[in-house]
Amino acid sequence: MAIDAATVKKVARLARIRVEDDRLAPLAAELSAIMAWIEQLDEVDTEGVAPMASTEAVTLPMREDVVTDGGDAAVVLANAPRAERGFFVVPKVVE
Amino acid sequence: MSDLTGLTLKDALAGLKARRFSAVEIAQAHLDAIAAARALNAYVLETPERALAMAEASDGRLKSGDGGPLEGAALGIKDLFCTEGVRSTAGSRILESFIPPYESTVTANLWRDGAVMLGKLNMDEFAMGSSNESSAFGPVVNPWRSRGSNRPLTPGGSSGGSAAAVAANLALGATATDTGGSIRQPASFTGTVGIKPTYGRCSRWGVVAFASSLDQAGPLAKTVEDAAILLRSMSGHDSKDSTSLPVEAPDFASFVGKSVKGLRIGVPKEYRAEGMPAEIETLWADGVAWLKDAGCEIVEVSLPHTKYALPAYYIVAPAEASSNLARYDGMRFGLRVDGPTLTDTYEATRAAGFGEEVRRRVLIGTYVLSAGYYDAYYLKALKVRRRIADDFVQAFEKVDALLTPTAPSAAFGLGDNAADPVAMYLNDVFTVTVNLAGLPGLSVPAGLDAQGLPLGLQLIGRALDEGTLFQLGAALEKAADFRARPDPWWRT
Repeated sequence: MAIDAATVKKVARLARIRVEDDRLAPLAAELSAIMAWIEQLDEVDTEGVAPMASTEAVTLPMREDVVTDGGDAAVVLANAPRAERGFFVVPKVVE
Repeated sequence: MSDLTGLTLKDALAGLKARRFSAVEIAQAHLDAIAAARALNAYVLETPERALAMAEASDGRLKSGDGGPLEGAALGIKDLFCTEGVRSTAGSRILESFIPPYESTVTANLWRDGAVMLGKLNMDEFAMGSSNESSAFGPVVNPWRSRGSNRPLTPGGSSGGSAAAVAANLALGATATDTGGSIRQPASFTGTVGIKPTYGRCSRWGVVAFASSLDQAGPLAKTVEDAAILLRSMSGHDSKDSTSLPVEAPDFASFVGKSVKGLRIGVPKEYRAEGMPAEIETLWADGVAWLKDAGCEIVEVSLPHTKYALPAYYIVAPAEASSNLARYDGMRFGLRVDGPTLTDTYEATRAAGFGEEVRRRVLIGTYVLSAGYYDAYYLKALKVRRRIADDFVQAFEKVDALLTPTAPSAAFGLGDNAADPVAMYLNDVFTVTVNLAGLPGLSVPAGLDAQGLPLGLQLIGRALDEGTLFQLGAALEKAADFRARPDPWWRT
């Protein structure tokens, strides 16, 4: 299915990536071409086939629900764009 | 002293152990070679002080007889692996000043065994690419050139820096990762050996995530045996990665040189791409003949869903990437570009921090996971993925391994496929099936094309049967007797 500029705008918003208005139409054409190529998957009969999200047959391992790490605020904050007094500093979200 | 950078890893380890030369001499020879090869753009960060300090410590252990299995081995590390205290960018602007406070499990395993880090290697941004052109640091240039031409060629991708460094003797071996072919295609383009092991063989902890159900680490090396030595150290169970398999890594190198007599080799008839050069077809036939001469039984097999692997991958991988890359929000680490509101800050940060191909894939992934499209695209792709995996299950009832070309072409010119994303994606047509099924795949250099560029053959094995791949790969290597080397035009 062809992707139009309005869909690109919506998807870009969902993905939190700014796309300038003059880039919407070219991106729509590009993504439509990729999706048109992907749609050959419709030729495959997948009736009754279980989806495969992982190649491993094993179930995920369980462990005790105990603290194994932490107590290192300075390390956690070391790469923060902004930090103050042991906290991340982020833009204001509540008026 | 002869050039230490020309040694194989195996010979370097033997020489170090016998103390014919020191780890510091090995490290310095490589650091000098790296400094004289900046035209290749293979390294995005050189770490000479660290290399020499690690090498000095190695020399101490070698002197006292406490050397590990990789003691003094000078390696390059793909910049997707987090290295403690050393900038790790994943080839992205969004991580351009990220200094991890932790070490990836794979690199920690290498240092435990005595390896020495020379620096961090260039790559496609977030490992998304087949030509290294999506790197925020600019593309790596392939050490190989077409005969009589100065035109710069791609080393392949995403592990282009790793492959170029090994091909140009800028490291004894390198770490790499493979989500759809990112170890094997660069190996084929640079005349090096690369293996993507079974999913779960190497821990993904501390490796920047692209598509978590497909990503696997593996080595790029000069020989099959070198790759086997490196993979053994890189592998092993890790409680910090819940998908890491709780199995011991065997001594992979012990499979090198073992007779391949009686092994059954499948030749899948679907591994022929439209427009594939005749030389690749011929080389594939040579590979079949070599293994037959070595005593293998050749069986024609069918993997009927092969052509659907790549389109299925371009749903599964972007879907997982869009989820994994949600963490780059400019709040806790990485680049932040401030805007008037929180949403503006997110959007500006991600628009500035991600390159074109990464933005494209995050958009595709978000689209195929969005309400109304999830069943038609994402779920459909997961069902096709099962079909592809089942093809292999059926084939491996009849054969022990499969032999295919690694890539549908030799190295192409930088810029050649830049305008057409799908044409670029088709590079992975023979490698991506293995990622979807979680199986191991090994690329071995097998010959040169008419322009004098290297071409690889791929061996695909059963899950956790890398040993058989090394056994067969060594037989191919011996029969192909690939000794061609790129002319060192880059040396200053």
